[in-house]
Amino acid sequence: MADTTQKQKPKRGGEEDGAGTSEGGQKLAKKGEKLKEEMDALVDEIDEVLEENAEEFVKNYVQRGGE
Amino acid sequence: MAIPKVMGTEIEYGITVRNDRDFDPIASCVLLVNSYREEHAGKILWDYDQENPLADARGFQVDGEKYTPNQQENIARNKTLVNGARYYVDHAHPEYSCPEVTNVRDLVLHEKAGEVVIEISRREATALLPPGAQLLIYKNNSDRKGNSYGSHENYLMDRRTSFKQIVEHLMSFLVTRQVYCGAGKVGSENRAHPCDYQITQRADFFETEVALDTMVKRPIINTRDEPHADREKYRRLHVIVGDSNMSEYTIFLRNGATSLMLEMIEDGAIRKDLSLRDPVRSIKEVSHDATCRKEITLENGRKLTAVQIQREFLEMALAYTSGRSIDPITKEVLARWQHVVECLERDPMELSREIDWVIKKAMIESFMERKGLDWESPQVQMLDLQYHDTRPDKGLYHMLVRQGRIERVVTDEEIAAAVHEPPEDTRAYFRGQCLKRYPGEVFGVNWDSISFGIGDEPIKRVLMGEPLKGSKAHVEQLLESSPTAADLVKNLRA
Repeated sequence: MADTTQKQKPKRGGEEDGAGTSEGGQKLAKKGEKLKEEMDALVDEIDEVLEENAEEFVKNYVQRGGE
Repeated sequence: MAIPKVMGTEIEYGITVRNDRDFDPIASCVLLVNSYREEHAGKILWDYDQENPLADARGFQVDGEKYTPNQQENIARNKTLVNGARYYVDHAHPEYSCPEVTNVRDLVLHEKAGEVVIEISRREATALLPPGAQLLIYKNNSDRKGNSYGSHENYLMDRRTSFKQIVEHLMSFLVTRQVYCGAGKVGSENRAHPCDYQITQRADFFETEVALDTMVKRPIINTRDEPHADREKYRRLHVIVGDSNMSEYTIFLRNGATSLMLEMIEDGAIRKDLSLRDPVRSIKEVSHDATCRKEITLENGRKLTAVQIQREFLEMALAYTSGRSIDPITKEVLARWQHVVECLERDPMELSREIDWVIKKAMIESFMERKGLDWESPQVQMLDLQYHDTRPDKGLYHMLVRQGRIERVVTDEEIAAAVHEPPEDTRAYFRGQCLKRYPGEVFGVNWDSISFGIGDEPIKRVLMGEPLKGSKAHVEQLLESSPTAADLVKNLRA
């Protein structure tokens, strides 16, 4: 029979929890979430403006040699 | 003795027309350039007479035919603007040469003003095309099909500094500065080793060390010797190896660090020998390594990374400037150069707000991750191109600026002003003011002269061989007391 170990869930809004590690963990998680949101916002906006027929456009983009 | 680094950049843009597969690039360029209207607009020639593109700085004249368009073609292809810039058709590309500036901050302003001029003309020209067709312009250097077009920098130098000295000390600087100047590119070209993403647009196209040509077998150091100034005193160093940059910070540092290097060369302040064994090979090795850890081989056998070599140049620059009073802009150049080298030593991706190739890479990687794409995806290639799109609402660099993701150096208001106002401290001021004040009487223009057609009299050419003469301080009073071109010529003779 496998041992089951109960993982301790970090307390919500846990200021009282020892040495602020839980709070630090939450801050990091929040920061990670914020970064993910920002990245999502970036990708969403790129999606809106990115050339739709990328393959054809890139294929047809030909220049004469310059200096 | 180092002389003031008067400088300017000339940039060829990529051009295409959507929904018109048979578009002719030259005709489109002519349409584009002529769609930019300024009040003074007269029929002004670009004065090719004194140009000498076949003179080689190594001391000889190459045989060949200098191309000079006939008068009608000339007027159709060349515009000189009231801000002192030249806007013209170069082969099959629109090109903008900004007016001469004395400092790197003005350089950023005027290069960026060029993008505004390009975009205004693009909109105007598109309105004249058949319905559904759209003119599109890109500030980049490569079409992924083996063709490249350039962003050239020009620096005024003391002619007493030998070309040999310049080559000796500048070569390894130019090969390695790409770590903070590169515009980034997906893939490789011109028979170079395949790679997913590289630091520069142009490295793959450089095939020799030192040469005169700018279009085939491109050299890292170009020997064109056409000073457009007093030939006894000056040299114009024509640097063709750089990328077209979108980021103001990158442009600032590119010209700032390079002009500081040139001052050090003029003053004999380069104390270390950092010559490379094989610059043509190294420029690609550095470009193809986005981790910036690749070691390249020096002539003396040592192996250093491009960042380590730049660190050496930075330390030399700090030593050179310590103990002398330096202007605020040079201080800013040093601070930014230092910041960038420190970040590169830790992790190049820390510069995702400042340096073009990093900004672009971070953007592409975010997109790839979210969408599960790889480096061969057409959308990734499209991102590479669209970063350089001049349209404020579609260009991805412009989008990133709007999102507050880019470190800026100048403001939009200042850029807007530079579209109509020349720099006040070079001969560009005189040129721009003459165009503003005497429309219809200016017959021809070149960088170092301006000619007037006054009534039936023979054309009067005013020589401007000193880049710093013709500034506001020098000529404002002269201009104020010369309501007509005839008065100007008379007053100049007095």
